Amino acid sequence: MSATMQLDIVSAEGEIFSGKVDRFFAQAANGEVGVLPHHTQFITTLKPGEVRVMSGDEVSYFYVSGGVLEIQPDVATVLADSALRAKDLDEAAAQEAMARAQEAMDNAKTDLDVTRAQNALAEAAAQIAMLGRLRDQLSKQGLMH
Amino acid sequence: MASGKEIRGKIASIKNTQKITKAMELVAASKMRRAKQRMDAARPYADKIKRVIGHLTKAHPEYKHAFMTVRPVKRVGVVVITSDRGLCGGLNANLLRRLSGRVKEWQTAGTDVSYSVIGSKGASFFKSFGGNLLATKTGLGDKPHVTDLIGSVKVMLDAYEQGNIDELWLMSNEFVNTMTQKPTMHRMLPIAQEDVSASNGHWDYLYEPEAKDVLDALLKRYVESMVYTATVENVACEMSARMIAMKNATDNAGKFIKELQLAYNKARQAAITAEISEITAGAAAVSG
Repeated sequence: MSATMQLDIVSAEGEIFSGKVDRFFAQAANGEVGVLPHHTQFITTLKPGEVRVMSGDEVSYFYVSGGVLEIQPDVATVLADSALRAKDLDEAAAQEAMARAQEAMDNAKTDLDVTRAQNALAEAAAQIAMLGRLRDQLSKQGLMH
Repeated sequence: MASGKEIRGKIASIKNTQKITKAMELVAASKMRRAKQRMDAARPYADKIKRVIGHLTKAHPEYKHAFMTVRPVKRVGVVVITSDRGLCGGLNANLLRRLSGRVKEWQTAGTDVSYSVIGSKGASFFKSFGGNLLATKTGLGDKPHVTDLIGSVKVMLDAYEQGNIDELWLMSNEFVNTMTQKPTMHRMLPIAQEDVSASNGHWDYLYEPEAKDVLDALLKRYVESMVYTATVENVACEMSARMIAMKNATDNAGKFIKELQLAYNKARQAAITAEISEITAGAAAVSG
């Protein structure tokens, strides 16, 4: 029948999904992208959000907190981050590692906590939105049966 | 010859030590199993990101990222992965010996070396070894998390981007099997572009948002993934090395106890014999 493509969703701490799919949607850097088999080579960063995977009548949702999506005509890979990433968070981690090396710890407080809180908030909001959609879907299925 | 009481005290103390080493052996064995599970869990990501990088090296990008550009090597950076704790046989010592051998080679060739070290055994090694230590991360525990490593990796990537190092290497232990751990060293950066001008056509990715941003994110994760995988593997190595070391210690304690028990029995027998001969000598003197 219709063509399928291999989709692998992995995070550094384990495999999340691997299988043949008809199409899927992901939250790319410039907005949502839908991917069908035989897509041209495409690579993008992902925003925190859901990956919606469709194979046959089945739809599954996966939450990723960012990462990279790579598409080849017959195979797509979602490299999901296992941690929230932000430039200043990374920067702070680097600073800390350097400070350790120099052993000059001068407890400089930054507005790191604010960034962390904002990130947590964004992630929570995305998760809640996805849960809402999942619930809608489940209740619809419940009505049908 | 030591008296019976002294030997008995020694035996008791060795038996206590043996109990401790036996317990440590069992703990290390169960931790090793879990570390191996984490190692297996990390493999899909490492494989997939390698596949993506493999595709990338076959593309013809208009934009050439610094991490994929080979430069003449004047300075190198090494990420060294060690354990936080000791009592794991020669695991860290072997790794650091191998490292200092390679560093000597680099230095005689006039190449500067700077380090980013993970694990407190490595950190204390560099206190005496000297060298240009850029970043340190200790106290990762048995379940290292990617987040814990971002800082140390970023320091090295920044140094690479700023031209302070021209190559980035990774030094860590490879888990061959429970009995064998092998210190290994390989180059993470730059990633060599494959020469595929003839083979499978001329193509490049569509990038979103910009080639630099996407490649930055991807290559950063690639290096982090390698360091993370190596760290998780190093925990498995540490646990299996400790398990073997503690097993040997337990066996040695057992042997020692056996020898002491023999010595104790001999001493006891000697004491009895001496007593009897004294009594008989005394009796002979009285009756004679």
